[in-house]
Amino acid sequence: MTKTNDLAVKVASKPKKRKDKRSFKSWLASAVMCGPITIWSVLFIILPILLLAFMSFMTKGPLGRVVYKFTLDNYKEIFKPVYFTVIKQSVIIATWTTVLTVLMGYPLAAFIANVKKKTSGVLTVLLMLPLWVSGLVILYSFVIMLNKTGVINTVLMNLHIIDKPLNMLYNNFAVIVGMLYMFLPFAVLPMYSSIEKLDKGLIEASKDLGAGPVKTFFKVTLPLTAPGIFAAVILTFIPCIGYYMVTDMLGGGTNMMVGNLIHRQFTISRNWPFGAALAMVLAVVIFIMLFVYTKLGGDLDDLGA
Amino acid sequence: MDKRTVKKKAVKGISRFYAILLYIFFYAPVAVMIAFSFNDSRANVVWQGFTTKWYVKLFHDTELWMVFGKTLLVAVLTTLIGVVVGTLGAVGFMNAKFKGKKLIMNSIYFPIVIPEIVLAIATLLVFNQGGISLSMGTIIIGNTTLVLPYVYITIKARLVGMDPSIEEASLDLGANRFYTFMHVTLPGIMPGVMSGAFMAFSLALDDLIITSFLANAETSTLPMKVYSMIKKGVSPEINALTTIIFSFSVVALMIYFIKEFINNFRIARRRANSM
Amino acid sequence: MSKTIVSLMNVEKWYGENHVVKNMNINIAEGEFLTLLGPSGCGKTTTLRMISGFELPSTGMIKVQGESVEKKEPYQRDVNTVFQNYALFSNMNVYDNVAYGLKVKKVPKAEIKERVTEMLKLVQLEGFGKRKITQMSGGQKQRVAIARALINRPKVLLLDEPLGALDLKLRKQMQIELKRLQKKLGITFVYVTHDQEEALTMSDRIAVINEGVLEQVDTPINIYQKPKTKFVAGFIGESNIMDAIVLQKESGKAVVGMEVGRGTVADADDKLAVNDPVAISVRPENMLFSKTPVEGFSLKGIVKEHIYVGNIVKMMITLNDGTEIRVNRFRSEDLAAVGTLLYLYWDLDKGVVIKEKSLVNTDSVRDIEGGNADDEDE
Repeated sequence: MTKTNDLAVKVASKPKKRKDKRSFKSWLASAVMCGPITIWSVLFIILPILLLAFMSFMTKGPLGRVVYKFTLDNYKEIFKPVYFTVIKQSVIIATWTTVLTVLMGYPLAAFIANVKKKTSGVLTVLLMLPLWVSGLVILYSFVIMLNKTGVINTVLMNLHIIDKPLNMLYNNFAVIVGMLYMFLPFAVLPMYSSIEKLDKGLIEASKDLGAGPVKTFFKVTLPLTAPGIFAAVILTFIPCIGYYMVTDMLGGGTNMMVGNLIHRQFTISRNWPFGAALAMVLAVVIFIMLFVYTKLGGDLDDLGA
Repeated sequence: MDKRTVKKKAVKGISRFYAILLYIFFYAPVAVMIAFSFNDSRANVVWQGFTTKWYVKLFHDTELWMVFGKTLLVAVLTTLIGVVVGTLGAVGFMNAKFKGKKLIMNSIYFPIVIPEIVLAIATLLVFNQGGISLSMGTIIIGNTTLVLPYVYITIKARLVGMDPSIEEASLDLGANRFYTFMHVTLPGIMPGVMSGAFMAFSLALDDLIITSFLANAETSTLPMKVYSMIKKGVSPEINALTTIIFSFSVVALMIYFIKEFINNFRIARRRANSM
Repeated sequence: MSKTIVSLMNVEKWYGENHVVKNMNINIAEGEFLTLLGPSGCGKTTTLRMISGFELPSTGMIKVQGESVEKKEPYQRDVNTVFQNYALFSNMNVYDNVAYGLKVKKVPKAEIKERVTEMLKLVQLEGFGKRKITQMSGGQKQRVAIARALINRPKVLLLDEPLGALDLKLRKQMQIELKRLQKKLGITFVYVTHDQEEALTMSDRIAVINEGVLEQVDTPINIYQKPKTKFVAGFIGESNIMDAIVLQKESGKAVVGMEVGRGTVADADDKLAVNDPVAISVRPENMLFSKTPVEGFSLKGIVKEHIYVGNIVKMMITLNDGTEIRVNRFRSEDLAAVGTLLYLYWDLDKGVVIKEKSLVNTDSVRDIEGGNADDEDE
């Protein structure tokens, strides 16, 4: 009796021993599995971004060297008219691309979500298949197509729809077409998965309650698929600002994205701190967007599916 | 009633037409690429007539094959490392608990969402500050970081759909953790591993930005070579090579689909028999 | 009592701030069918998982065959588990699922074949070896899971709500089959369920668990007829439970007072004393009524309604203070008409006395209770 009483006291006085106990072997197994990815993430994802932040506050030295002295000049420089126009330009292009991607992608996502399961599987695979072709070669195909003597102009001229070749290459039009091509498939997938997850009963319920198809769409379907749309925006807007190949190949000399600008700082201009500052701005914007996305109830997994 | 069915049919028809239009948009450049690999012109811009000479030339272009070989090596090693690290991590994170796990888990997604050029220069800074000279190894590391989240996500999706007690059942029946992983967990997530690997391989094969930042002067991969040609006009040889790569992936996909089809057919037949 | 095969000694389990198992003490006898019964989230599955080794107790000790198993991994323990959702390996066929435990142990192929065939026969799945798991029905899957768990000839078989996913009819059938199997093999079964009927049907003993606390371990009959706590009385079957205080003590019986009146209960061992707080539990089928007052009782109520539930009829009686009392009978002729004023009573030994001490919710009291219960067992 006294013994159990003692134990009772002991248990009551030791409320701190609440750690989940695990065997050493299960701990070891867990370490072996989580270890590599954790190390990788620390060394090659977290550390690089910290270094990038660090570099963005350093001073540019002569001959492309870096002087390790703290400065805010790199961030101030971003607002110089020369660079600010580039940023404005890339935000405009990225906005157009994003808006068009969502507007064009959503109906396609809805279509894929509403066909038979097997067909939708085939359609998603077909959507991803062109990604197997090198993006550069694809962009070059666009050069061939949009050229003054290219496929589209030739066809249109032979059909006598136009009598003068259209100027479709090396301008904003070409850039947006190229961007659309690059990002549309990635944007369709998260929208597709959020439409597919949608409870069809809700739509029927809404129609049952007297709402027309338009009202149902805006009051029910759209809000419920918002995470998918937001994921599409994330997967389009920021990568688009940073993607410099499209502007490089399809844009004229004046079409520059922030990506081109960053690229230049690390190649021609050799101004690493400024390049790092530009990259940091993009990184911070994306972190904010991701934060909002998860707060809205979005699933990070949908971004990569 | 009749009006409604007509309306429904019209909506269906329009959306189908729209989808077809978009798929044409997706495949038009691919078609052009294939067509121009048979174009009898050096400049690759105007159609001059049919030829297979670029394929012949391609097979004798040892330099291009060397570049392609290097690209393939990078892609294969990247896929291998990415799949191993990603698979272990996805499985391990399912029931691991440690401080900072959330930060690590979230950071894995960064390479998908941050612009590739940001990742590229950030990684370059690590090697630069660490005094590590650029090589094939640095390219592989950079590419692995890029593909890791895709592998991780596809495998995680499989794991979420898997009953966690099957692993416990295996342990319960006397198998240790390694045996369980090899015989129960891995077969269960194999489709995820395969599609993750597929994705990783295609990304690594085509990567230009990270690769060009992390490559030294001597190393060149196929996308880098293509990029350097762009201003002068891409040689149809590249079209020929890309067409071959694309055909391989289409064939692989077909095999997969046919296998799946046969499997389904078999199951259906067996079910019918057992009734 | 026969030899103890599994014993839990002062076992506690914390998940962070959650105290899910509180000072658990149970001795499980060899060849026994013991059921851990309780509402969902009461800690019964956690208790089972500590025996199988998937969870380690925060404090306390678990012994299997007199040997502490704390240092043993799940795969080193001589116990096997049948999981809630079968947990079959869908990448293997039925044969390979059952053979898994033997393959792991590198048993010769010929022996594996012999033992698997024998095992499939035991669970009535002869000739199903080549089937894929996806081609099996729920009941068949369950049999595969049982065969797979039994192939290693475990000393103890742990079953975690194994019939939960089956429909009622199949469930009843499997209950009988499982019980038969257990008798035939003589293996100890530790069975987890939240279904009290299932527990009463199958078990040799039932351990009722609530909020991590072991309320009572006893035979089904005792659990039903002599619940030791208010929770057990309420959880197992239906019961009318009334808080009361001992007013008078006579040899062999006691008069208890409730808010609305008094009643008399048997007290054979004379354990009660005046002013003891108690609860009285009377099963609906044991509640008697009369049109005239009964000596020793002063509970009055009015019949509110009759409810027909298949083979029994329920009568709801409202007492003065609003308390609802339920009375069950097999025939409606045995009931009183709605609106009648009735005097309620019971056979003295059918009024089960639950001492209030075991209702207080502090850990120290629990510990003493647990200790006492343990003493009684030995």
